[in-house]
Amino acid sequence: MKSTNASAATAEPTAEEVRDTKIYRNWSMTDAEYERAVGMLGRLPNYTEAGLFAVMWSEHCCYKSSTPILKTFPTKGPRVLQGPGEGAGIVDIGNGKAVVFKAESHNHPSAVEPFEGAATGVGGILRDIFSMGARPVAVLDSLRFGELDAAHAKDVDRNKFLVDQVVAGISSYGNCIGVPTVGGETEFDACYEGNPLVNVMCVGLIDVKDIQKGRAAGAGNSIMYVGATTGRDGIHGATFASEEFGEGNETQRSAVQVGDPFMEKQLVEACLDVIHNHNDILVGIQDMGAAGLVSSSAEMASKAGTGLYLKLDDVPQRETNMTPYEMMLSESQERMLLCVRAGHEEEITKIFTAYGLDAVTIGKVTDDGKYTLEHKGQIVADIPVRALTDDAPEYHLPDTEPARLAGLHATDASAAALHITNPSETFLKLLASPTIASKEHIWHTYDSQVLTNTVIRPGSDAAVIRVRDTETALAMTTDCNGRYIYLDPEIGGKIAVAEAANNIVASGATPLAITDCLNYGSPENPEVMYDLKRSAAGISEACRTFETPVISGNVSLYNETSHEAVYPTPMIGMVGLMEHTDHITTQDFTTAGDAVYLLSGSQGIRPDFAGSEVQKLTTGSIGGVLADVDLDDIKKTQDALLTAIRAGLVNSAHDVSEGGVAVALAESAFGFDSKSGTGRNNPQADVLGVDVNLDIDDPLLFAETVGAFVVSVPSSKAAAFEAAVPAATSLGRVTDDGMLTIATRGSGIRVATMSAKKVWKESLACLLN
Amino acid sequence: MSVSSPRFAVIVFPGSNCDKDLLWGIKNVAGMDAEFVRHDATSLDGFDAVLIPGGFSYGDYLRCGAIARFSPVMEEVRRFAEEGKPVFGTCNGFQILCEAGLLPGVLLRNTSLRFVCETADVEVANASTRFTSEYADGQQLRLPVAHAEGRYTVTDEELADLKANGQIAFRYAKGHNPNGSVDDIAGVTNKAGNVLGMMPHPERAVEKLLGSDDGLPFFTSLINSLQ
Repeated sequence: MKSTNASAATAEPTAEEVRDTKIYRNWSMTDAEYERAVGMLGRLPNYTEAGLFAVMWSEHCCYKSSTPILKTFPTKGPRVLQGPGEGAGIVDIGNGKAVVFKAESHNHPSAVEPFEGAATGVGGILRDIFSMGARPVAVLDSLRFGELDAAHAKDVDRNKFLVDQVVAGISSYGNCIGVPTVGGETEFDACYEGNPLVNVMCVGLIDVKDIQKGRAAGAGNSIMYVGATTGRDGIHGATFASEEFGEGNETQRSAVQVGDPFMEKQLVEACLDVIHNHNDILVGIQDMGAAGLVSSSAEMASKAGTGLYLKLDDVPQRETNMTPYEMMLSESQERMLLCVRAGHEEEITKIFTAYGLDAVTIGKVTDDGKYTLEHKGQIVADIPVRALTDDAPEYHLPDTEPARLAGLHATDASAAALHITNPSETFLKLLASPTIASKEHIWHTYDSQVLTNTVIRPGSDAAVIRVRDTETALAMTTDCNGRYIYLDPEIGGKIAVAEAANNIVASGATPLAITDCLNYGSPENPEVMYDLKRSAAGISEACRTFETPVISGNVSLYNETSHEAVYPTPMIGMVGLMEHTDHITTQDFTTAGDAVYLLSGSQGIRPDFAGSEVQKLTTGSIGGVLADVDLDDIKKTQDALLTAIRAGLVNSAHDVSEGGVAVALAESAFGFDSKSGTGRNNPQADVLGVDVNLDIDDPLLFAETVGAFVVSVPSSKAAAFEAAVPAATSLGRVTDDGMLTIATRGSGIRVATMSAKKVWKESLACLLN
Repeated sequence: MSVSSPRFAVIVFPGSNCDKDLLWGIKNVAGMDAEFVRHDATSLDGFDAVLIPGGFSYGDYLRCGAIARFSPVMEEVRRFAEEGKPVFGTCNGFQILCEAGLLPGVLLRNTSLRFVCETADVEVANASTRFTSEYADGQQLRLPVAHAEGRYTVTDEELADLKANGQIAFRYAKGHNPNGSVDDIAGVTNKAGNVLGMMPHPERAVEKLLGSDDGLPFFTSLINSLQ
């Protein structure tokens, strides 16, 4: 073998040239990081090695800026079987089963090429789930886009195009692979115009005995590459410009990966076949995600404390003359890495061949702790595994209070109230706003029922799937109101978790744990670091109160355009457990004559207008002091509601969020007509109404008090309900006169259910067409 | 399983994704003897009925069902059908049966040009087939649909034949056609009545917990026809 400093067959810069030209800067590696790498190696890294360091030490792979913050999250709990650090987190749900879940962002690819960006976002998170040995059973999407009306958008056509293509990408991938898309949320704000957010959460089910780890253990065992071939797609993402690479015939391809859901479907089945039927020969399995082959293999070795020797000539390639650098950094989709007991490689190949897939041995586990790559008879990289993984830099970046906060806090949020002179009119406008309006136009294109487990499809507070062979079910939701966090990162962080928990509880389940996608701007901006730190503190506090540890997650930084960052948007994905399918509850009123109650904290409905939809609608902007939330108080309300649901006293429950109690009442009355196909249709839904009386001023109908619920109770059980939930306020009744009659101290609201529903249901389709 | 229980084959093509749902429905819910049969199998010996699931066989690349029809098992399915034994295809299974020429017509993109997932209002158009005997003529059903290419299309001549022969088994309720199918057709049989294809998914409607069990009589009809 020749020396590590020999360059590959193509004309790559020498180690000295890498040093002198500082080409690593193009890969977002700093001079200090380069020097750190030199120090660890005791020599100059060659071109390939420098590339490996750059990508493994990128924020995306090693979370160098966010790790100190992530360490503050509570991650343990009595049911937690696997916390952060593996492909996905795992929580015990009894009966020998566990739920596996994680969320991931695909913001940047989706901004550039929305269809493939969103599609491969789905593909990537699915692989994280089945790499743990679980069968993916549900997908949820949390999406943020710019505004859809010309008055509030710079390029409204582009925004519509992004919505259309992101949704088409999710639909295309999820429907084809046959995992139901059961929920999520979509919100709109001008701050997301240049930088839409596409966060995908996947939930899987597993028998506890089948849990896998991504470990390359046992010297002499084989490293096998399975799935799609490796191409030049996705190398170094968008930071890599074509001019800097390849003078000859080889041109750099697009940084955006292309998904093949058919290939992934075969990959899921083949991997689960190996895990379930040939586990004795499988040592470890990991997805090739961000930074592809290098990241997956180095992490597998790191977790097992071993080394690896890979022969890159054996990597299946879809393009000619690929360099080691390109092969290692490619983010081609639908690939997995397996560690297989020596001597059993052919068995693995046979299994994958039956699914029409490649499975090739590309290297061996070693005991020297080194990461060694061979290509065309030369050693092209020779690096301690730890240097790439455990010893990656970690930064404690400075933070300062954002300048915006003082100005925002000086705003008088109660001014919004002055604009509300005709509550019925305000009400209809809110129902038509894209963030509040029905998202049926979107989820109508997702197969939400495949796998025949979906009990509650999209459109209620949380989606619910049953767990076969048990009496239990799982509730799941995604949540985050970036506007609140923009106004107050810490309180906003608490609210994000509280709202997720409210959704889970309203569906009749006990919150189990969360995953997150932390979407922020550049961490080099101390104000962004402040947002990140303080919202993480709020999230942590709420997770402790609701006993929902953080079991997995993802950080997406640099979400900015021309130095304009998105709202700090930590998406919370929460899963809850229902002990019995009898407890499944939706937001829909079911029966005329039912008593309607408001459950809220000790303070009732407060003038919470800061960051509210009604403030945005009536004043055109948001501001004010965000009122703190009493998490313990909210927890008490949740516990009381759960007790009542389990006692069979509740016909519907819906949490009060965007648009306030008026919108919550209306959404409860809308139900779903026979065309919508939610599987929870009520022939009466078209004529249901509500007749309630709230002892509040008109504007408070739209105040977004966190931790309040609208609940309907059979009249025969009203006394039992009031005994069980003494804090509940009786508001009135569900009616069959087809009218929404909401009396207040002022003029109140009186609108026909169907005309309000029409506005709410058709708005998004109108805005998008 | 007792010897007398009919045996069902659920065909699995690469990319089938409702295969497990069909097996669950016929085996766990309806209690029949059933197993998966791979796309490359060359025999259906010992089976009494064939079920072709929904999904995206071969990724639906080229055209829905266009590649699957060339799978080795389809030779056997054809022979099976020619022997008069029952063959059922839902969604992608319907598309495959049309591509294979075992059923008349083709399935084009929905008129909306969008994937549609909803619970459709479906009407039993002919309750005298071996797949629909447990229903009544004109009975209203709620059956899930989930497809992008479900617009059933035949020539005027073929449509007249379908009507004359009682081959139209299911229609979407008036005003509730989700895909633009001609004459609101949701499911058809071959002339002999032993092959049926439909876009709605009866296997997604066999448990009340999941919203509807209107699909259960479909399977009991088929089971009864075998006993």
